[in-house]
Amino acid sequence: MDLSFNAEERTFQGEVRGFIAKNLTDKMKRATALTPSVFSDPDIGMAWQRALHRQGWGAPGWPVDHGGPDWTPAQRWIFETECARAGVPNVNVMGVKMVGPVIIGFGSPEQKNFYLPRILSGEDYWCQGYSEPGSGSDLSSLKTRAVRDGDDYIINGTKIWTTHAHHANRMFALVRTSDGPRQQDGISFILIDMKTPGITTRPILTIGGDHEVNQVFFDDVRVPVANRVGEEGKGWTYGKYLLEFERGSGIASAKLREGLKAISELAESDLTGRAIDSPDIAARISEVEVDIDALEMTELRVLSALQTGQNPGAVSSLLKLRVSEIRQAVTRLGADVIGHDALAVEPMRPLYKLNHEPAVPEDMLTVVPEYLNGRAYTIFGGTSEIQRDIIAKMMLGI
Amino acid sequence: MDLNLSDEQKLLRESAERFVAESYDADHRRKMANDPLGFSPAVWKQFAELGWLALPIAEEFGGLSGGAVEIGILMEAFGRGLVSEPYVATIVLGAALIDKCGSTAQKQARLPKIADGTLKLAFAHSERAARFDLAKVATIANRTAQGWRLAGGKIAVLDGHAADEMIVSAHIHDHQGPSGRIGLFLVPAHTPSLVISEYPRLGGGRACNIELADVHLPEGALLGDGHGALPAIEWAVDRAMAALGAEAVGIMQTLLETTLEYTKIRKQFGRPLSANQVIRHRLADMAMQVDEARSMALRAALKVDAEPVERARAASGAKAKIGKCARFVGEQSIQLHGGMGVTEELEVGAYFKRLVAFDTLFGGSAHHYRRHAELRRAAAPV
Repeated sequence: MDLSFNAEERTFQGEVRGFIAKNLTDKMKRATALTPSVFSDPDIGMAWQRALHRQGWGAPGWPVDHGGPDWTPAQRWIFETECARAGVPNVNVMGVKMVGPVIIGFGSPEQKNFYLPRILSGEDYWCQGYSEPGSGSDLSSLKTRAVRDGDDYIINGTKIWTTHAHHANRMFALVRTSDGPRQQDGISFILIDMKTPGITTRPILTIGGDHEVNQVFFDDVRVPVANRVGEEGKGWTYGKYLLEFERGSGIASAKLREGLKAISELAESDLTGRAIDSPDIAARISEVEVDIDALEMTELRVLSALQTGQNPGAVSSLLKLRVSEIRQAVTRLGADVIGHDALAVEPMRPLYKLNHEPAVPEDMLTVVPEYLNGRAYTIFGGTSEIQRDIIAKMMLGI
Repeated sequence: MDLNLSDEQKLLRESAERFVAESYDADHRRKMANDPLGFSPAVWKQFAELGWLALPIAEEFGGLSGGAVEIGILMEAFGRGLVSEPYVATIVLGAALIDKCGSTAQKQARLPKIADGTLKLAFAHSERAARFDLAKVATIANRTAQGWRLAGGKIAVLDGHAADEMIVSAHIHDHQGPSGRIGLFLVPAHTPSLVISEYPRLGGGRACNIELADVHLPEGALLGDGHGALPAIEWAVDRAMAALGAEAVGIMQTLLETTLEYTKIRKQFGRPLSANQVIRHRLADMAMQVDEARSMALRAALKVDAEPVERARAASGAKAKIGKCARFVGEQSIQLHGGMGVTEELEVGAYFKRLVAFDTLFGGSAHHYRRHAELRRAAAPV
C-alpha cells in the first residue's frame, strides 16, 4: 500500500504537466475560473477536448481499442489531479463520460464506428434527455413516447433540465416504446440528431444567473430505428449503467481541493479583511479540507480496486452524495468568507466577457453564483434522497 | 500508488478477524468488565505467539518491522470485538517511544521482552491542567547526585495498572535549574512513592491516575539522552491516534451491522423498521460515515512517517473526522435500537462507550479541527 508515486508515475506526471503547459491558454484558464456553472461553454470546453484528442487522451476511461489511453488507475489519478490543479476547462462529460460508455457497452458496430470517433474529436456535442416535467426522481415513469413507423420511431413529449441542449447537436434519450407490467419495462435508449424537424428548445435560467439547462420539446420527431442503442425495451438497464458512470466514476476530490484553495486564499487576503483570522472560519476550512481528504482516500480505494472501463456500481451513489455535499460546503464557505461582497449581483454572462468593471474583485465574481447554482448538486444525477435509497438497497441490502 | 492490501496484509486481516470472532464474545467481554485486571493474560500470550506484539518492533530487537497499516489492520479487528488487552499502551505508545528515544542498551533490554509478551508498558503523560496540550507538562524531574527525583501527577494513564514499567514525562531541571526540555523517564511499577489509583475505563479496559510524590530514580531511568522527547511524544501520539482511529472503524462497523440486523427483525406497525425510509436513510448515512472514517484511518496510517506537519495534520484530521463519525454512528445505533439500546442487556452500549472514550482520548473533534487549522500556516497550501 503506497500513496506516493513511483518513478514511472512521476515521469507521467511530468508529461501531463508539459501537455497542460503547452495547451492550456490563458484565455481558457480565465474563462474556466470565471464560469460559475458546472460546464464550460462549448467554445472553451471543446477547444480543450480537441487538444486532448490530439494527444490521444480524449477519453481516459475508455477501453484502449476504442481510443482510450490504457492508463493505470494511478495515471488516471495523476491526469485528473493535474488538470484540476491547472484549472483546465470542463469538457462535455455527456459525450465522453456518459453516452460513450453506453455505446461501447451496448451499441452496434455501426454505432461505435460512427459516434465514438466524433465524441473523441469533439465534433459531436451531446446532451442528456432523461428527466421530464412529471418524472424527476421517479425517472422510470417517463412519458416521452416513441412509436414505431416503418424504419423510424416518431417521438412526442418533452425533456427537462437538459444541460447545454442549446449547444448540443445530439441527444441521448430514454423514451417509452411500450407499456410493460413494470414502468421500468418498455423504455428504450435512443440517439437523436438535434437538428431533426420538430425539436424545439426553451431556455431555463437558474438562480445563479446562468443559462445552462433547458426544456426540449418533441413534436412528431422522426428518428431512425437504427439510432436505438441495444434492445428495444431495455433502455432502463442501459440508462442506469450510465447513471453509475455519471455519479461516481470520476475523480472529484482534486477539483474540490482547488475550490477550497481558492476560498482559503480569499480568506487569507485583505480583500476579505482576512476572514481566516476568525477562528470559526479557520475551523470550518479545516472541516471541509478533512472531508475532502476522506473523499480523496475513498476515491483512491475505489480506483485501486477497479479496472479501467469497469462500472463502479453502487459505491457511485456514495461518492455522488459526498461529492455533492462537500461541493455545497465549499461554496457555502465561500459565500461566508467574502462577507458583504456577497451582496453584489453581476447579471451579465459570460463573466469572462464582461465589458464593464464589476462591483467586486474578479476573484469573488463567481462565489455567490457558485453557491446558488451549487444547490443543484444534491438534486441532479439523482437527488441525495434517491442516492440514500440506492445505498440502503444495494449496499445494505434493505 | 496503490491502495490494495498485499497478500500478507490480507492474511493478517483474516487471522486477526478470525481470532477476535472466536475468542471475543459477549460472555468474554462481560467477564473482562468485572475482572480486576480488565484483560486476559492468556490472550496477551496468544498475541505474542501470533507475532502481533512483535509486529512494529524492529527485526534487530526480535520484531517483524511492520508498519502503521498493519497496526491499523489489527486494531480494526480488535475494535470488532472490543478487545481490552493493553495493545495501544504497550505496543503503539510504549514500544514506539522506547524505539524512538531509547539508547541501544535500553532498547535491547526492553524491546525483545515486549515482543515476547513478558514486558508491558504504559505512557504517563497527560496532566489535568494541560488538557490536550502535549507540550504542557508540570511534572518535574530534578537531577540528584544518584540520578533523578520526580514530582508531579498524571491522569488517564491507559493500562497503567498492568504495566511493569511506565514511561513518565517530566520537565528536566538540572543543577542550573529548568532546562526547558521535557524528558521521558522509565519508572518501574513498584517504585516507592509512586501512587497508582486505578479505575475501570469507559468502554472497557482500565486506566489510572498516578502521583509521584518524591520518586527517586537511578541515572539510567532517563530515556536516551533527554533530547527530542516532545517531538517524539507528538509523533507517538499521532501514531496512536491513527491506530485508535482504525479501532474505532472496527467498532463502528460492528455497530452498523448489528443495528442493520435489528432494524430488519424488529417489527412495528406491522412491518420491519427497515421498511421505513427515515430508517433506511439513517442507515445509509451511518454506512457512509463508517466508510469515511475508514478512509481517514487509512490515510493517517499511511502518513505516520511523513514530515511532522503533514503527519500531524493527517492525524488530527483523522481524529476529528473519525470522532465526529463515531459519535454519529454510536448515537444513532442506540437510537435505532430504541429502549433496548440504552440497556446493559444489549452490547450496543458497550460499543458506544468505547467510541465515546475514543473521541475523548487525546482530545475531541473540536480540539483536533483547531490543531489542524493552526498547523495550516506551517503546511504547504491546502
